[in-house]
Amino acid sequence: MPYLLRRFGHAIFLLIGVSVLAFVFTVLAPGNYFDEMRLNPQIAPESIVALKTQYEVDRPLPVRYLHWVGSVLRGDMGFSFAYNSPVAPLLFIRARNTLLLTITAMLLAWGIALPLGIWSAEHQGGVPDRLVSSGTAALMVIPDLALSLGLLVVAVKSGWFPMGGMVSLQFESLSFLGKIRDLFLHMALPIAALVISVLPLLVRHVRAAIAEVLDAPFLLAAQGHGIPRRTLLYGYALPAAANPLISLFGFSVGTLLSGSLLVEVVMSWPGLGPFLLEAILARDLYVVIGGVLLSTLFLVGGNFLADLLLYWADPRIRTEAGT
Amino acid sequence: MGNYPWFAHRHVFLVQFGVLLQHASMGSILEIRDLRVAYRSRNGDLSRALDGVSFFLGPGEVLGVLGESGSGKSTLALSLLGLLPRDSVVASGAVLFQGRDLLKAEPRELQAIRGKNISLIFQEPSVALHPTMRVGRQVRQILDAHGMGDRDELVRRTREVFETLFAEEAERIARSYPHQLSGGQRQRVLIAQAIACRPSVVIADEPTASLDPTTQKEILDVFRGLRKNLGLTMIFITHNPALLSGFADRVLVFYAGRVAELGPAKRVLTSPKHPYTQALFRSIPPLDEPHDAGERSLPTIPPDPNRSFPPRSGCPFEPRCPERMEICKSRDPGFVSLSESHMVSCFRYENQ
Amino acid sequence: MNTAGRDKGMQPLLEVENLVKTYSRRRLAGSGEGVRALDGVSFSIFRGTTLAIVGESGSGKSTLAFCLACLEKPTSGAIRFEDKDIVTLSEKDLRAIRRQMQLIFQDPASSFNPRWGVGEILIEPLALQGNLGRDEMRTRAHALLEQVGLSSSMEAKLASELSGGQRQRLAIARALMLEPKVLILDEALSALDCSVQAQIANLLVDLQSSCGMTYLFITHDLAMAAHLADEIAVMSKGRIVEHGAPNKILNQPQSVITRELLAAVPRLGFAGTRVAES
Repeated sequence: MPYLLRRFGHAIFLLIGVSVLAFVFTVLAPGNYFDEMRLNPQIAPESIVALKTQYEVDRPLPVRYLHWVGSVLRGDMGFSFAYNSPVAPLLFIRARNTLLLTITAMLLAWGIALPLGIWSAEHQGGVPDRLVSSGTAALMVIPDLALSLGLLVVAVKSGWFPMGGMVSLQFESLSFLGKIRDLFLHMALPIAALVISVLPLLVRHVRAAIAEVLDAPFLLAAQGHGIPRRTLLYGYALPAAANPLISLFGFSVGTLLSGSLLVEVVMSWPGLGPFLLEAILARDLYVVIGGVLLSTLFLVGGNFLADLLLYWADPRIRTEAGT
Repeated sequence: MGNYPWFAHRHVFLVQFGVLLQHASMGSILEIRDLRVAYRSRNGDLSRALDGVSFFLGPGEVLGVLGESGSGKSTLALSLLGLLPRDSVVASGAVLFQGRDLLKAEPRELQAIRGKNISLIFQEPSVALHPTMRVGRQVRQILDAHGMGDRDELVRRTREVFETLFAEEAERIARSYPHQLSGGQRQRVLIAQAIACRPSVVIADEPTASLDPTTQKEILDVFRGLRKNLGLTMIFITHNPALLSGFADRVLVFYAGRVAELGPAKRVLTSPKHPYTQALFRSIPPLDEPHDAGERSLPTIPPDPNRSFPPRSGCPFEPRCPERMEICKSRDPGFVSLSESHMVSCFRYENQ
Repeated sequence: MNTAGRDKGMQPLLEVENLVKTYSRRRLAGSGEGVRALDGVSFSIFRGTTLAIVGESGSGKSTLAFCLACLEKPTSGAIRFEDKDIVTLSEKDLRAIRRQMQLIFQDPASSFNPRWGVGEILIEPLALQGNLGRDEMRTRAHALLEQVGLSSSMEAKLASELSGGQRQRLAIARALMLEPKVLILDEALSALDCSVQAQIANLLVDLQSSCGMTYLFITHDLAMAAHLADEIAVMSKGRIVEHGAPNKILNQPQSVITRELLAAVPRLGFAGTRVAES
């Protein structure tokens, strides 16, 4: 499978590139963790010097990078100044929370966008189509931030949903079902915000892609052979339109991920978003780099998944790849 | 009906029906009566595509439909299966199949008939197949849609159909995607789709137009074989009269959405009567006698100077007709029976 | 006419010698062998004559057209146009040659922007050259529209509003705007109705007798080739397998390929066919 191998190579190359850039830019940015420390009269200047030596802050950049790479390979991903612990375990627990949010939102958004877009395309120019397109247009102009804040207001006023956090304080004492219910209630708002922010775009693209395929002669032919409407739409039109939609899928991973970082901050979801923000403000160097790298990994992973899907969905790509 | 000024000449139908009923009594599979279809343009104007078409199809017969682009021949194919696009208007007529009028059938009924009782072979094999589905599956889906048995049965029938059309490589071809096949092979797959459910009628719309002559001949031989072995009843639509000779039983010549001439293939193709048919055949360079050094221009049909104008009364071919008479401008020619089965829509034959 | 040219000792306008075009099959794993689309093709065309190239799809006809129109570089061999070998010319000199050899495709619609007017389509190739003023170009466009049998009032129409025959006429008019010496017609009539084919064929004949146009007529329609051409070359698998006057090719075909091609042509006549009378 040279095609997939090639795409995998690209992904690795991209990750290395991003790690170098993230490293260089974060290190070169003015100020560091110890500048902040120095302002604190309770810490002796000697201990700061000792810490700086320990963390190699004054060593040349390439050396620090190589040491950091070594640490990544060991599974530590550097050391957090603020938490006084290796970065990886700190990051992973937040990344898990972020993934829980984005993957659920992704499934939900596509689960709604596909039938809605197909339905809209099928009734092109009709009332359902016009309703969908004006609805999506209205949603599209609302900024993500306003959307999140609006949802928070709704939550406060109605009291139906808990405000912020991932679980309630008494989570540990809940039964299994109770835990699930508690988690679900906490997830509802951030997920709603995420889904609503990408849904209009997805629906519109699905509609456009399907509408284009619906005019294709092979669909008329299939209809002429008596293929039923549902099979026609989901079994014929959708696979034929898969190509652009799968690319859109890769793209939506990125959109959802960056959207998620913002939503997490606003709704205080304990994911990468607030963690990264905090680290940036505190100049917690390796946490920032690790966070950026992990986000890139998700993004690249999403796109690689899209490539895999494309390879699976389109035999023409397989032939081109020479298998 | 009042909205459609081109309905005006009622007496035409009567002549047509007379001829039609005479043959219908012989037993027909498919019968088309006075079919009128128009397309609505964006500004609401109607342009006619089929203008009072009537004919029948006998069992085991191959009817060649000859017409140039814009003559309405593709509209005919689509309207027989209720596949007309949304901007079309069926103004009148009936398509009778097994005692039912397909023009009045429910979508569900139509879906059950399409592909099972009447099937269509589309033009352009390169675009009539799903690009990312194995062609075997594209045939199996049709069998499945018409409930032709359980999974094993579907697989067995699919293999059978492929073996009918592809001598040796049936298995390999069925597993291929369209882009891996040649034009001729794709065309065979389209035929496989059309005959999978053993339909009573197959309509082929320009099935060989995009193929080179060698492949074209191959595909025509496939049709001949199917006809012999399966007793296929067919409407074969083409713009090339030569394809019909030796294959069609009867030929129907289309001009401007109307039947200009209809008769036994041998008579229509060798001694056409309608001035349009005659002019059309003259414009084809003969293969056996290449031009003399001096004479190089082919006899052509002059273009219609008023092409874009709204339809007038009178014969539609009149503006281009080399043999026009005064009466052709004002009155609509009815059908004249030249023999029991040969009729032509032209005033020249009215008093013979 | 061709032989007449030879008798007078004239130089051919276009001479192709041992042309080879190989496509590398880099995508297919393991095979270092390339595909020989053209495998040593030689012929010559005299001014004001027509050479028809016939053959099945995949015989190399279109590759030949592309090489002649300087759209592809042949792997080896020579193409002499007015005694200049265009294979070895630089890109700059090629531009001057390209306008003298215009290529017309089967489906002209794909080479027109459907939102452009007929006038713009005609003027565009000249405007790119930039030698003429706008008024001059328009005058020439009007004259050519009339010459190819379209009225000059069509100038304002959109390409998408034209019929198939009108589009092919427009394609010919656009090619003529550059005053070419050779028209390469690649299946230019194949997609048209019979009666429209006859009209365009007549237009080609008229242009030849009035302007001395030279044609390379690439087709799979033997009858039309025989009608239009002074000589026919039959191609198969990248080679010319037979070359001669239409009469000879049709009546005394020498190669198997030609005989097969002839046998495949559908004929209007009824010799030897059984027809069930109903």
